[in-house]
Amino acid sequence: MSEAPNQPTAEPAAEPVVTPIDALAAAVAAVLGPDALEVAVAYGEVTAVVPRDAIVEVMKRLRDAPELAFINIVDVCGVDYPERAERFDVVYHLLSPSRNARLRLKVTTDEDTPVPSISGVFPGAQWFEREAYDMLGILFTGHPELRRLLTDYGFDGHPLRKDFPMTGYVEVRYDDAQKRVVYEPVRLNQEFRNFDFLSPWEGTTYVLPGDEKAKTS
Amino acid sequence: MAEAQVRNFNINFGPEHPSAHGVLRLVLELDGEVVERVDPHIGLLHRGTEKLIEARTYLQGLPYFDRLDYVAPMNQEHAYCLAVERLAGIVVPRRAQIIRVLYSEIGRILSHMLNVTTQAMDVGALTPPLWGFEEREKLMIFYERASGSRMHAAYFRPGGVHQDLPDQLVADIEAWCDPFLKTVADLDALLSENRIFKQRNVDIGIVSLEDAWKWGFSGVMVRGSGAAWDLRKSQPYEIYGELDFDIPVGKNGDCYDRYHIRMEEMRQSIRIMRQCIDLLKVEKGPVMTLQGKYAPPRRAEMKRSMEALIHHFKLYTEGFRVPEGEVYAAVEAPKGEFGVYLVSDGTNKPYRVKIRAPGFAHLQAMDFLCRGHLLADVSAVLGSIDIVFGEVDR
Repeated sequence: MSEAPNQPTAEPAAEPVVTPIDALAAAVAAVLGPDALEVAVAYGEVTAVVPRDAIVEVMKRLRDAPELAFINIVDVCGVDYPERAERFDVVYHLLSPSRNARLRLKVTTDEDTPVPSISGVFPGAQWFEREAYDMLGILFTGHPELRRLLTDYGFDGHPLRKDFPMTGYVEVRYDDAQKRVVYEPVRLNQEFRNFDFLSPWEGTTYVLPGDEKAKTS
Repeated sequence: MAEAQVRNFNINFGPEHPSAHGVLRLVLELDGEVVERVDPHIGLLHRGTEKLIEARTYLQGLPYFDRLDYVAPMNQEHAYCLAVERLAGIVVPRRAQIIRVLYSEIGRILSHMLNVTTQAMDVGALTPPLWGFEEREKLMIFYERASGSRMHAAYFRPGGVHQDLPDQLVADIEAWCDPFLKTVADLDALLSENRIFKQRNVDIGIVSLEDAWKWGFSGVMVRGSGAAWDLRKSQPYEIYGELDFDIPVGKNGDCYDRYHIRMEEMRQSIRIMRQCIDLLKVEKGPVMTLQGKYAPPRRAEMKRSMEALIHHFKLYTEGFRVPEGEVYAAVEAPKGEFGVYLVSDGTNKPYRVKIRAPGFAHLQAMDFLCRGHLLADVSAVLGSIDIVFGEVDR
């Protein structure tokens, strides 16, 4: 491990030195200790997978460790993998201005299991968690107000889930007779077309209509 | 009047309000004229950009980024292009990098010009927007001459930029720089020492550096609080590493400091643009990567070569495939750190695109920034955190 420049956390230098990425991964692994299920380096970025219940504790340690000082919360978001048992990844991006380094943390969860909210450690995570709840239905415990954020008042469903249709379920219009905006089920004049342009001569995983015999024989 | 009759007052600020900079509904709880609580209701401009991009190829997803922060469209495209390029391992030719930096800085001036002048309008000055928008108009013509579109350019593509710049356009941009500095000086004379402007902005919306980091701030919001943090310097992308420019830093973290930083950043952008123009004069060559699996063939080639025609057809229907993996690419957009978290599953469409908009993180701190201020300060704070609803609501 090479020497990581330790600058004071309060005053980032004008031109911070880029630390080698492996040194960062080693330092992160050292701080996380047994909480790190996996620390990987890919595309010049460090990704650590941590247990769901330890996330708040891990965030505190990463923020307070003087050699890391991940004091800036960049992003919290969810990714949906419906085929997995625990279908959601919650992805946290952190930034350390003094070390000039980024870190990605991941926990997994499913539709019913809540993730501890990190809004006590970083107040800036509040809206990101609300957005993840709104868009994917990921639940967070200990969040001050886990309301919907981006969708309409009274919206039903979680639009960024892979099983949510692109066209949605309801559409709104102004009804001149009733003098108000009304909600109606989506009516498509033309069927929604999802073109599949993956090259068919490189082998498809599905059966093309009219091509059933070719696959079975 | 009996004590029991005194109660807090709730008012709606927006959803349509001239100083809300778009469609923002703020529910304000007032004690007399003092703000007790701010509850921003956003999402009125939510278009489901992230969901839409998941159903499109990498190239088709690009124009959605223009529509996020529509005040500085190309800076958004830039982050997306960087993410795709890093995953796919595309090398961008040098001339394309210079053009990208040039147009990113034009975008920065577009955004700061809008923000500085409309913030002045929010606190009561009418002249600055009239002067500033004239310059924005000229810049949008530069956008149009490069890409064919005044705002929604779709000019930066994974692998480079779509078309080369004509020499005349580069010369015209150069000729524009000096008169623009005069306009900035005029605005400076109009606002910086203006009594009303100072009364409305000095010591309003103060953020300490520690709070700024904790709330996920970036860009001007942390520089105003005293951190010399700029991704163009600290994590340089494209050719920013070899350019000479300064990072203005504030002392007090109030609205007035942030105004000054934006003014100085416009002057620094001109410095960067001048260096880019000098480089463009000597640096000739392709503006799009020559890796044919990612970049379409040039039009002239398609007239003669069947292979090129096939490549063109395949690239615009099937699109290119990006190797499996995930990457987070960020640029220093005018409003702060604009990031794209891109997850690829190895097909021709992104599996997940998360757009990290700086305005989103800044707006959520409205309650923290405005609590205890007067009602009139809400619009000053809102103006100085520089939000555009295209990117907040996505």
